[in-house]
Amino acid sequence: MMQAFLFDPFMMMYDSPLFFVEVLVSGLMSGVMYALVALGFVLIFKASGVFNFAQGAMVLFAALTFVGLWELGVNPWLALILSAVTMIGVAFSVERIVLRPLVNQDPIIFFMATIGITYFLDGFGQTIWGSEVRPLDIGIPNEPFMDFAEWSGLYINKFDVFATVVCSVLVALLAGFFTKTKIGRALRAVADDHQAALSVGIPLKTIWTIVWSVAGIVGLAAGILWGSKLGVQFTLALIAFKALPVLILGGFTSIPGAIIGGLIIGSGEKIAEVYWGDAFGGAIEDWFAYVVALIFLLFRPQGLFGEKIIERV
Amino acid sequence: MNNLVKKITIVMLIGVVFSLTGLAQAAEKIYVPMLTYTTGPYAPGGLPIDQGFRDYFKYVNATGGVNGVMLDWETCEYGYNTGRGVECYDRIKSKNGKMGVAVFPLSTGVTYALIPKTQADGMVLHSMGYGRTDASDGRVFSHVFTAPMTYWSQVTAITKYIGEQMGGLNNLKGKKIALVYHNSAYGKEPIKTLEVLSKKYGFKFLKYPVNHPGLEQKSTWLKIGRQTKPDFAIIFGWGVMTQTSIKEAKAIGYPVSKIIGNWWSASENDTRPAGAASVGYKAAGFHTIGKKYQLHKDILAKVYGAGNGSGEKSVVGEVLYNRALVQGVILTEAIRAAQKKYGNIAINGKQLAWGYEHVNLTSSRLNELGLGGFMKPLKITCANHEGANNLLIHEWDGNNWVNPSKWYTPMYDVTRPMIESSAAAYAKEKGITPRSNCN
Repeated sequence: MMQAFLFDPFMMMYDSPLFFVEVLVSGLMSGVMYALVALGFVLIFKASGVFNFAQGAMVLFAALTFVGLWELGVNPWLALILSAVTMIGVAFSVERIVLRPLVNQDPIIFFMATIGITYFLDGFGQTIWGSEVRPLDIGIPNEPFMDFAEWSGLYINKFDVFATVVCSVLVALLAGFFTKTKIGRALRAVADDHQAALSVGIPLKTIWTIVWSVAGIVGLAAGILWGSKLGVQFTLALIAFKALPVLILGGFTSIPGAIIGGLIIGSGEKIAEVYWGDAFGGAIEDWFAYVVALIFLLFRPQGLFGEKIIERV
Repeated sequence: MNNLVKKITIVMLIGVVFSLTGLAQAAEKIYVPMLTYTTGPYAPGGLPIDQGFRDYFKYVNATGGVNGVMLDWETCEYGYNTGRGVECYDRIKSKNGKMGVAVFPLSTGVTYALIPKTQADGMVLHSMGYGRTDASDGRVFSHVFTAPMTYWSQVTAITKYIGEQMGGLNNLKGKKIALVYHNSAYGKEPIKTLEVLSKKYGFKFLKYPVNHPGLEQKSTWLKIGRQTKPDFAIIFGWGVMTQTSIKEAKAIGYPVSKIIGNWWSASENDTRPAGAASVGYKAAGFHTIGKKYQLHKDILAKVYGAGNGSGEKSVVGEVLYNRALVQGVILTEAIRAAQKKYGNIAINGKQLAWGYEHVNLTSSRLNELGLGGFMKPLKITCANHEGANNLLIHEWDGNNWVNPSKWYTPMYDVTRPMIESSAAAYAKEKGITPRSNCN
């Protein structure tokens, strides 16, 4: 037993270092995909202090809208724009109907409200577009670079590389938006204190609409990438659960944290599954991610990059 | 004179009462509670089955019912959630005070939960191609039916197919066969059988569990494609799991043509979302695919032609739609068998169980039902609730299931003793005395 935990995995790594690199790289790329979902959570939490339980449902709703419009014969680029507009519409409605009446309520009230939004979006999306699986092909082949594989022995997937590039661009844009623009700074002020932000003239309602819109558009990107991996279907909403350990690890308020957290969780769970999975009977990667997150919670409750809040009493 | 009038009046009254009773009997329907899932993560699998059930029931009623007795049904949506499935059963098991005759849970988890409940309610539980395999022993499980095949039989037939690809079962020695399975009661069902077969034929059996719902399988397929490299991989998936398996296999360069899905990983909803990656993927079934059969033509004419279809017309003939037809046909044949004994009445669950044990779907009967060549003949008996059937393998060409293989007979010599032994253990545990009047 001890051998299976302490000896065999390391021997396997030593015997096949190239395979270890492959597992590591695959894990990092999976982590990027998790980070893309986690970004949506971070954006809303950072700007409004609300843990948006509905982020997974927003991913599903955005992807359903995009693929639904495309299937109706709308040009894919136009469908992309219309889907983004729809997500802005969702953000506007959420602000008007759900968030505005709850200003200054406890965070738990906002959290409960987002659970309501989740179930509404899940059901409403399926009512409009149906529950069937919708294939989504964005033209990026899900296969290894064979020439590179033959040369190096490493199988690197084309789709994963594409997703990594998309995610990197999104992160760069968002980081710039939060740190370099006036709206970005206003978003951070609102997150710190609703009332203080209002007192200095920051339009809370507008800020909330903007941040939910941006989170919706990030959800659209995540939905398209995950949808082209899995097909667009209800299960997409469940990828939110893959983002939770990433958030715990990276911190709820840090965009770089979401990325680093995603990379650690992605690579960690893959290495654990491949090298230690057999010792546990397999299928450990889901709960392993949460174990890692819990260990981090013990030592850094605010996550790797989260803001440490000190309140004087 | 007065006496005569009285007598005539009494006779007339008796006549009226009898005719009213007769009318009531004629109007009485056979009630079937239907558990469905058309929302949630497994909706893509539940939708075509639900459509097939409803269409077939409508077709039966449109053609005069079963010997004049109409079918009646209520549906309950449970989202493939075991707890909600049991709750649904309790809610719709009876209608207007009359208990349903049979239930089809469409989930192994719900099947396990409903075995004692349906026993108490005197209802047939038919888990067709899923559920508890040892329930095939009718001496112990008097009201549970698994016909036309079980998971255990399925993997023996798939092993025969793999053996044939290798040049014979003897050539399996030293080879590797992997099982990628949904980490649930359903997915674990074939493990024991594959372990027995592995010992019998000398192949190495590798297990790869995948957690619900199966969104992330990269590490599983890295192990398969780059580390263990099995000669064949069998998938026991459901919902998004299967298409993800296919895509990840392709992504890592494992040949998709070496993957064989079980019959719940064999629908168009598994292959279409995987796109080009699924070309060459193979999957098992106990019935054929398509709508070239007379029954399909009749359903299209009498149900869809009357504007009464239960869904998209294009779904008629798809894999899971056809599976629902098999379910419907076995049910109505069981009702007919029971009516032969009990009369053309709205039979109850216990009478239906007797009917199930006397189902004999011969080739000529399948022809009469408009399903000649659609599936192999099926005979269910008191002791053998699985019956004996065959399996074939189809291949996905990117648009359709093509190249049906020959029919493979399962290794019943392997599975039947396992079934009897497992059922005997269950009977001992639950204090059930097996029926002795079956042999």
